[in-house]
Amino acid sequence: MNPLFDYTLHLADSSLIMGHRLSEWTGHGPTIELDIALSNIALDLIGQSRNFYQYAAALKQNETEDTLAYLRDAREFKNLLIAETSNGDWAKTITKLFLFSTYQYYLYQQLIVSEDKQLSAISEKSLKEVTYHIRWSSDWVIRLGDGTEESNLRMKKAIENTWPLTGEMFEPAAYENLLLGNRIGVDVSNLKNDWLKKIQSVFDEATLPVPGNNIWMQRGGKEGIHSEGLGYLLAEMQFLQRAYPGCEW
Amino acid sequence: MQKCSFCKELTQDVNGNSMKTITNHIETKEIWELLQSVFDPEIPVLSVVDLGVVRDIVVQDNAVEVIITPTYSGCPAMDMISMNIKMELLSHGYRNVKITQMLSPAWTTDWMSENGKRKLKEYGIAPPIGKSFEKKYLEQLKVECPHCGSTNTKLISEFGSTSCKALFQCDDCREPFDYFKCH
Repeated sequence: MNPLFDYTLHLADSSLIMGHRLSEWTGHGPTIELDIALSNIALDLIGQSRNFYQYAAALKQNETEDTLAYLRDAREFKNLLIAETSNGDWAKTITKLFLFSTYQYYLYQQLIVSEDKQLSAISEKSLKEVTYHIRWSSDWVIRLGDGTEESNLRMKKAIENTWPLTGEMFEPAAYENLLLGNRIGVDVSNLKNDWLKKIQSVFDEATLPVPGNNIWMQRGGKEGIHSEGLGYLLAEMQFLQRAYPGCEW
Repeated sequence: MQKCSFCKELTQDVNGNSMKTITNHIETKEIWELLQSVFDPEIPVLSVVDLGVVRDIVVQDNAVEVIITPTYSGCPAMDMISMNIKMELLSHGYRNVKITQMLSPAWTTDWMSENGKRKLKEYGIAPPIGKSFEKKYLEQLKVECPHCGSTNTKLISEFGSTSCKALFQCDDCREPFDYFKCH
């Protein structure tokens, strides 16, 4: 077991799967500006994942960024469950993006001071982009939450659906714990307060309730236990490499 | 003491003797000049030097290493930029050209040259306003319309046709235009 490799993959997988899922909106956004916004955010996330995959590939023989992204099966993916959940309606897409971007923001902020130079550099780069994602998605949380009766209702439903996927963000996997001693990784359990404070302030403005502490949490994504949806996502994303092995642009 | 007109480094020591690295120095300068004609494929008036993506050039023996940094993580133009830099140098007789990507310090629009900003405006894209650390929100900016010069403009979309741009519209001449985001 190589915890640094696993950890880097976990970071890469969450960005790639979130990015790929969001890219399903490309060509289907409610207006062209929103279509472009989500496509751009997806592009940032996929770009961040490439940086992590390239680093992970350098840590292991016989792997490339492409083999890692395209030739692993669902059980080997270590992404957070919130990344793979379906886009649902506009309210759900906005909600999961806001919850995830806020998590990424605090994570990268901590990872910048990692003893690992490359993880630190990728985080520094990504943080600038994520800051923009939070701003865009929180504007939408407020607009929908404090909008019409219908949009408020949809947001409440979206929060109810996505909240159980946020628990594992703050529960370290085995490989995360192994990296704490040498100050490479981030203690994710410490991120929760800041994360919750930010969510609370935006939800307050959006007149939306923050779920209580007694919500049952789904977990397993970080360790490779996924929902059925990831299989379908991979089937589409990996099709080209599976059908035409070694194919390049 | 003589200084290089381009990079301001010393080219002679206190006694007026050429410094050892002089050949190396001239070569590096030549490469910087060559890269002035490698353009961003999405914004063909901006060279990779104007854009600030070329961070360093290292010449050692017969090998050239060009160190570049991406603008945005997912910018699809980066692969092409990297290939074009290589092609440009190879076509000018350089062999053994290596492009290295450096992520830290992260690229910022603060590195864009004044010349680059002027060329952007002439091309119809409003250049970035202010410094990246000021973190002003797009709505609060007085962006000048690159067509008529009016600042009576408004934000249409925080995201535009490429990662680095936002979409604005001028309320005087009514033309929509791209704004190169401060990053």
